[in-house]
Amino acid sequence: MRLFGHKLTASAQIGLVIIAINVVAAILAPIIAPYPEADIVGTAWGPPSAEHWFGLDNLGRDVFSRILYGARMTIGLGLLITLLAFVLGTIGGFAAAVLGRWVDTVLSRLADLMLSMPTLIFALVVLSVMGTDIPVLIITVGLLYSVPVFRLARAVAMNIAVLEYVEAAKLRGEGLWWIIRREILPNALPPLVAEFGLRFCFTFLFIAALSFLGLGIQPPQADWGSMVKETGQMIALRPIALYPAGAIALLTIGVNLVVDWLLAIHSRGHGEEV
Amino acid sequence: MFKLISQRVALGLLTLLLASALIFLGVEALPGDLASKLLANNATPENLAALRLELGLDRPMLVRYWEWLSHMLQGDFGASLSNKRAIIGDLGPRALNTFFLAGYAAVIAVPLAVALGIIAAIRQGGIFDRLVNVVTLFSISVPEFFIGYVLVMLLAVKIRLFPVLSNVTPDTDFMQRLYLTFLPMATMVMVVVAHMMRMTRASVLAVMASPYIEMAILKGLPKWRIVVQHALPNALAPILNVVALNLAYLIVGVVVVEVVFVYPGMGQWIVDSVSKKDLPVVQACGMIFAAVFITLNILADVLAIISNPRLRHPR
Repeated sequence: MRLFGHKLTASAQIGLVIIAINVVAAILAPIIAPYPEADIVGTAWGPPSAEHWFGLDNLGRDVFSRILYGARMTIGLGLLITLLAFVLGTIGGFAAAVLGRWVDTVLSRLADLMLSMPTLIFALVVLSVMGTDIPVLIITVGLLYSVPVFRLARAVAMNIAVLEYVEAAKLRGEGLWWIIRREILPNALPPLVAEFGLRFCFTFLFIAALSFLGLGIQPPQADWGSMVKETGQMIALRPIALYPAGAIALLTIGVNLVVDWLLAIHSRGHGEEV
Repeated sequence: MFKLISQRVALGLLTLLLASALIFLGVEALPGDLASKLLANNATPENLAALRLELGLDRPMLVRYWEWLSHMLQGDFGASLSNKRAIIGDLGPRALNTFFLAGYAAVIAVPLAVALGIIAAIRQGGIFDRLVNVVTLFSISVPEFFIGYVLVMLLAVKIRLFPVLSNVTPDTDFMQRLYLTFLPMATMVMVVVAHMMRMTRASVLAVMASPYIEMAILKGLPKWRIVVQHALPNALAPILNVVALNLAYLIVGVVVVEVVFVYPGMGQWIVDSVSKKDLPVVQACGMIFAAVFITLNILADVLAIISNPRLRHPR
């Protein structure tokens, strides 16, 4: 199998299969899930059986169905936040690199300040004030994670912005937006794609952690982090919490395997040792 | 060197000040104000005005910020909104619990990671080395609570070696404490050890590629002696830096682990207070977490400056 003109390694193939399974589960959840996500379909803590593959949770909801629906929430939200972080981060980073001077100074110092604060603590303070609605969650985490994206985009664009063709475009009198879109973005794409995968992992691990703390996605909506929270305290009775927690771990491993491969082919393309 | 270090420390203090401003202003940015939020449905104009006066909300923001900051520096964190008690009374034991757990994890994790990293570097390309790679991928992929619950399943439920919950009280003695917090400690060790190990391995290997190591090899020194006596001292700077950064990560990772094991530390308290909207407690705990995190980051930079001759003698 080949992708982007490079041969897929065994681990990258495994990673792609894991991602594909997760995406299919997320898209087709309403069709393949045997029960609706919030319906109570049996007694609480019912054991695994032919009807309920993973058993029933603390309220008697089907765990297997909730994991499928949870994939929608977790992956969808993770993607949305990562996209937001990337839009903000790359625009900021490219602008800082191209414009330089005070724009660069202001944005970079701001980024330094944000990076010197622990992310989780910052998010906790914001959520305690703004409440735990999903839009608040998206904006907070998106903003927090746009900072590392900004740093990478700025560093990558810095290397490109000093090249002759960018200089030529500037002298031609092209606008900032045109230079970013036509000259810098196409050449900065490979490292940004790898960063996207990595950032996506961090995002949904972060959302899962917040949900696990009871501050992310609120019940009865299914989400892997909050499922662990709901079933974790009774782990001695039924190990249900391990299913959603395992689902998070599996998806992260899958994405990481593909990201490792992307980084490897990218550095090989630049003649570096893999 | 001294100039460089004092610059870094001053910058760190400035960061801390800005962080405190962020934490304070975050609460100020509340739509409406604290008083109307607290009273919610039973707000009448009279008791709203009374509460505003009680909370001091009638005075300008900067004055209140200065008061909050200066009181905090003297150890007065104000009173909790939910139980009206002085925060400092509950904060003391909880902060001690949190630092105990983080310190316990650090004492185990740091030597373990450095030793394993060196072994992986000596046996580069061997089975142990490859195993390290797989374990690292696993540990950066898996959320803390997953590791925590797996450990609980294995060591507390299947084999009843350790308790499921870490109920420590102020009178729990030291040995008992070590035993009760073993599982949360092990969880945190597993979270940080892989990254530290990998960086140690990379730092040692980077030094191993230099000419004087080749010289030592040609002299016929045994491999362990080359690594321990020649490579390690020069690889120490990046290793120290990574250790300090990971300790900073540890102090924040402790929040999730405390919730898994219902451990009465600062992390659990801040999470509870966020859902209760007990803002003074969130501010106090948040400030302490941020302060420790920023201090460890400064320490990482200072260690890097001290241990690197090129930074020690800047042009």
